[in-house]
Amino acid sequence: MILPLLGLIIGVIIGVLFPYNIPIAYSAYLSVAVLAALDSVFGGIRASLEESFDSDIFITGFFGNAILAALLAYIGDRLGVPIYLAAVVAFGTRLFQNFAIIRRHFFKGRVKTGK
Amino acid sequence: MKSLKGQLSIGIVCLALGLMLALQFRNVQNYGGIMSVQRAQELATELKQVKGQRDSLQQKVREYESRILQYEESAAKVSSVAEDMKKDLEKARLLAGLTDVEGPGITVTLTEAQPNQEFNVFYIHYDKLLRVVNELNSAGAEAISINEQRVIAMTEIRLAGSHININYQRFAPPFVFKAIGDPQTLEAALKLKGGIAEELEFYGISVTIKREQEVFIPRYSKVLEFKYAKPVIK
Repeated sequence: MILPLLGLIIGVIIGVLFPYNIPIAYSAYLSVAVLAALDSVFGGIRASLEESFDSDIFITGFFGNAILAALLAYIGDRLGVPIYLAAVVAFGTRLFQNFAIIRRHFFKGRVKTGK
Repeated sequence: MKSLKGQLSIGIVCLALGLMLALQFRNVQNYGGIMSVQRAQELATELKQVKGQRDSLQQKVREYESRILQYEESAAKVSSVAEDMKKDLEKARLLAGLTDVEGPGITVTLTEAQPNQEFNVFYIHYDKLLRVVNELNSAGAEAISINEQRVIAMTEIRLAGSHININYQRFAPPFVFKAIGDPQTLEAALKLKGGIAEELEFYGISVTIKREQEVFIPRYSKVLEFKYAKPVIK
């Protein structure tokens, strides 16, 4: 668990110290990409708890989802269709689902050790 | 997740996630996030629409005015009384600044010596502009405009924020005065020893005066309405 945490902290530090600001016009797309990435991470944690984790699927899912979400939001903006709403709803729902499953895994583990 | 490869991959992904989170967080802190961007976009489109409406309305005003002119001319042809009335009307319009005028005169350009500064002593104050107008008027200027805004009896020249409002429009330096009158007199009035030009130069404002054979001064473009003042009928 140390390596992911370390990565997260280093990433945040780089982000804070980053001298360049994302142009405000692209901020909306980045926010959707962040949501997609968060969803992927939760999915990864869930998969690892279910012991079906595959690092290739995880990495491609992470970057693929983020890029696709941002791209779709961009295309939606060009077409005047708020596709980013779809991304927010889809990823948001999945995020909470994943979280619920992770929670159950933890409780299952506690009950087992408790017995 | 136990394997080093898996750990490493999650580490890299978390690094990317942290980077994105931090960047987005900072962006939202700086600009107020996606909602305010949308609001700004909405307002921008609204502004665009309203500007388009204004332009089309102005266009319509011009059309109606030309139609009024046609009516006047056709009325003037019918009777001599109407013709006299038309002449009076034209004179009144000229006096009120409601017609484009041209003739000999001068152009005066005021530029700041140190532009693009938020606030400095060399900033052109509105009272300087008023005094230039005053000098021009006292030298017999028959029509004056500042940055293509006709100066009429109701024209205000006033500081509004960091701009100067003239005829309810915002202006920033440089200011270009145009005045119709005797070019020599007008120029001399500004260049008097101890006069306005010398004073402006003292404050670091460069004054360029040019005598011209033909100066074009546009009409006052807004609608004049008298809400309170009523003519006295004896």
